[in-house]
Amino acid sequence: MAQLNMAQALNRALRDAMTEDPNVVVFGEDVGPYGGVFTVTEGLTAQFGEERCFDSPLAESGIVGTAIGMAMYGMRPVVEMQFDAFAYPAFEQITSHVAKMRNRTRGKVALPMVIRIPYGGGIGGVEHHGDSSEAYYTHTPGLTVVTPGATADAYSMLRAAIESPDPVIFMEPKSRYWSRADLELPARTDPMNRAVVRREGQHVTLISYGSTVQTCMETAGAAKEEGWDVEVIDLRSLAPLDEDTVCASVRKTGRAVVVHESSVFSGYGAEVVATVSEKCFHWLEAPMLRVGGFDVPYPPKDLEEHQLPHPDRILDTIARLQWEDQ
Amino acid sequence: MKSIEASPELTLPGRKPIQLVDENGSAVGDLPDERVLRSLHRAMVLGRRFNRQATALTKQGRLAVYPSSVGQEACEVGATLALEADDWLFPTYRDTVAVVTRGVPAVETLTLLRGDWHSGYDPHAYRVAPLCTPLSTNGPHAVGLAHAARLRGDSLAVLVFMGDGATSEGDAHEAFNFAAVFNAPVVFFIQNNQWAISVPLSKQSKAPTLAHKAIGYGMPGYHVDGNDAAAVYTVVSEALARARSGGGPSIVEGLTYRIDPHTNSDDTNRYRDASDAEPWRAADPLLRFNRLLGVDESAYAEEADRMMAELRAEMNKDAHVDPDELFEHVYAVPTPRLRAQAAALRAELAADRGDA
Ligand SMILES: Cc1ncc(C[n+]2csc(CCOP(=O)(O)OP(=O)(O)O)c2C)c(N)n1
Repeated sequence: MAQLNMAQALNRALRDAMTEDPNVVVFGEDVGPYGGVFTVTEGLTAQFGEERCFDSPLAESGIVGTAIGMAMYGMRPVVEMQFDAFAYPAFEQITSHVAKMRNRTRGKVALPMVIRIPYGGGIGGVEHHGDSSEAYYTHTPGLTVVTPGATADAYSMLRAAIESPDPVIFMEPKSRYWSRADLELPARTDPMNRAVVRREGQHVTLISYGSTVQTCMETAGAAKEEGWDVEVIDLRSLAPLDEDTVCASVRKTGRAVVVHESSVFSGYGAEVVATVSEKCFHWLEAPMLRVGGFDVPYPPKDLEEHQLPHPDRILDTIARLQWEDQ
Repeated sequence: MKSIEASPELTLPGRKPIQLVDENGSAVGDLPDERVLRSLHRAMVLGRRFNRQATALTKQGRLAVYPSSVGQEACEVGATLALEADDWLFPTYRDTVAVVTRGVPAVETLTLLRGDWHSGYDPHAYRVAPLCTPLSTNGPHAVGLAHAARLRGDSLAVLVFMGDGATSEGDAHEAFNFAAVFNAPVVFFIQNNQWAISVPLSKQSKAPTLAHKAIGYGMPGYHVDGNDAAAVYTVVSEALARARSGGGPSIVEGLTYRIDPHTNSDDTNRYRDASDAEPWRAADPLLRFNRLLGVDESAYAEEADRMMAELRAEMNKDAHVDPDELFEHVYAVPTPRLRAQAAALRAELAADRGDA
């Protein structure tokens, strides 16, 4: 077993995918010799050469646009958007072309490409370095949107994303890049489109993904002292949503809270709540609640602690779940 | 001041950058008058001190991040001092020296980088747009403002900074093209410091110079020695004057070099040789003016000391940002949802303080 962090696990996934499939190419801003601002592409140029891992001109729309052309010609591009909010210049290419090419051509042209987006806050970044943009992409039919919440999953999920016949938006929770785990790679974990139960419990389900999975695990520990036995689900895949795993848990506990970093209004949590309410209405003993960021632009460093869901806020929300003695 | 002719027929910039003061500090062209030269020198000295002080503040944890412009002061100062009172400046994150040169208080300039708010000054008060972090997105904003001013019949010009890497962005192209089509009074100042974080200019562009890009848009392009404040000032002044009088936009490329890392958290050893910077240290814009004017930095030492002491004092105050402010600036009138969230946060904070 080696101690690896999430950035290293992702790096290994790229390395192994490039070794196994000569069609896999990696490009983007600073991903070449520099190795990416988060070191995820470190050493790839040295190992595979400039043709396989290279610095592109600085233009997100151009990066995604050229990746489309390369995928049409049979390659499997993996591109990096440097930070979440800097992927927005590429939004047009992603929503209008990446997501729709298969449909437009009646299945004649597939785009097996991966767009890696480091996302989320908690790192004290300046403006445009803390957005959680997953809902924009999950709202777009044709895209698969996934995010590893656990270091142990990062390798497996990125390999699966690269192998996917369809374009994948691969969201990387940047506050988790440096979290370590004991890993024996190239171990594969659960399939990319499955949610997993990270912790079993009887009283209430916390449904989460990305960086807040860890926050929910901490909350579950604290909740034990309050007498709540909390189950924690890591969704892993946001589009598609693994409704079965989620519903099985909610039917068991009867109560659920969705936790994510991004703003609550029109956020991804709304989708989970709506879906579960439709499927599990008769099992629910309380309305489902959401804990997320306020509906404000992602705040500056000195205020981000207020924006990010923290265990106390989640515990308060659990307390509001209309328990019998209330 | 003799003009550097921009012939509409002959827009091809020269291979050799326009220079008025050479590296030994000798005049090789018609210089601006003595008063201008002295103000350029003073602003560069203060700018260098500001760069050094801000970098020191990151080490003390008083500033979260700082993108230094050490070695690029001739661009920052020369282009900015060419502005007239009514003109506007659209800076990037690197152009803090330009912003303070324009008169914005140092501490307000650094607010974004300190992390208390996304912009610390009133753009209308100084005619300076907020420091811009996403690359090139300030280009279209500058064109829009310039176009609006022309529609109003106001005779002002807009100076917009962008980096060499930023010229690869789609928004740069769109801004150049819109400006040309609108005949907008804009001067695009490309500060070519030759690196975009780790990526050298050769991986951004195949054009002979970045100034050549102007040709395709139907604008004049100037290739200027970016370490020569007199040349930058003269060329930008002329471009702004032509823009103000309806002559349309232009591109000015200042050829310079990023001496410091991209920001304090970057390590240049990972992508470039130490020797890369050597010739550029010799071409230091400050040294050149010290020689030209026969005075050194000490001429402004007292003033610089005072400014930096003030800045340190301001930065040492613990910036308190009221969490209520989170909700105040999303809409002109906060929505009911935001008001409820503000109340919830207040209650949470009160509970934390134990007064609930
Ligand atoms: C749209 C966008 N993509 C990526 C970034 C991340 N980033 C910040 S600065 C930078 C390099 C910019 O280089 P250049 O334009 O030459 O300006 P310099 O920093 O050298 O002054 C990058 C890639 C960004 N700020 N905006």
